[in-house]
Amino acid sequence: MIELGLPPFLILSAFLFVCGAVCLATKRNAIGILMGVELILNAANVNFVAYARFNPVFRLEGEVFALMVVVLAAAEAAIALAIILNFYNNHATVDVDKADEMKG
Amino acid sequence: MSLSVILFAIVAAITAVSALGVVLSRNIVRAAVWLLFTLIGVSLTYFLLGAEFLGAAQLIVYVGGTLVLVVFGVMLTAQGPFQALKTRPAEWAVGIVLGSVLFILILNASIGASGSMQPTPPGNEHLPGAGPLGLSFLGVTETAPIAEVSGIPADRKISRLPVAYFLPFEIVSVHLLVVLVGAAYLARAKRRAKP
Repeated sequence: MIELGLPPFLILSAFLFVCGAVCLATKRNAIGILMGVELILNAANVNFVAYARFNPVFRLEGEVFALMVVVLAAAEAAIALAIILNFYNNHATVDVDKADEMKG
Repeated sequence: MSLSVILFAIVAAITAVSALGVVLSRNIVRAAVWLLFTLIGVSLTYFLLGAEFLGAAQLIVYVGGTLVLVVFGVMLTAQGPFQALKTRPAEWAVGIVLGSVLFILILNASIGASGSMQPTPPGNEHLPGAGPLGLSFLGVTETAPIAEVSGIPADRKISRLPVAYFLPFEIVSVHLLVVLVGAAYLARAKRRAKP
């Protein structure tokens, strides 16, 4: 892995992040948006681990924060799915464009 | 071309193609399957980087936990088999333009930031495994950094306190417990809407 260096991992991470962002922008299904958030969190995690690998200052920190992000992503998915199920119970749809009752 | 470069090329191609599949697939069930392959690819990337514990945790928590949760959500909210909510072409255009601009911006920033980094000193190639991670989460060990922070001259030493991650570990575990209780409360069975 020494000859590979840091930039390929950063490019992969940037690509994952952009895929997540486009997913957030274009999906109308609320669960699709949740998948976009998962992609973005994974992109951040790849960056954390790549820096932990190639910069010795962050040797332990990178892995520690990546583990924290994994746990927080699981919590985020649970609460988001609970909200989506509640919305589906009340509106019989998961289209986020229908969630405009609080529009000013 | 060494073995690690070839392996990284394969794994990165799998990950990137399945991430594109998540974005481009109309059907939410297919997007979930593409997301499964993306998460597996990311965990393989962790294995390639030498973070075996994190790769295993990613496989267990994401692929075994979060993705199953997402598939259950798809099942419980599906209005019909294989029904998809259409995205308008204008939204696709705006999303793709914004995405490419964002990609170029992030690439510029991150490649520029990574250029000034020192090479890894010999003997530091391996990431800490499950043992040092667990000790640091328990607050038992002091995990002072080995090398200097890049960008700061060597004669100005940073006085840095030894760190361990007991408090963040406790906060994150209590947070997970509270969030799961809250999710169970939010998703409890109630009246259904008249369709």
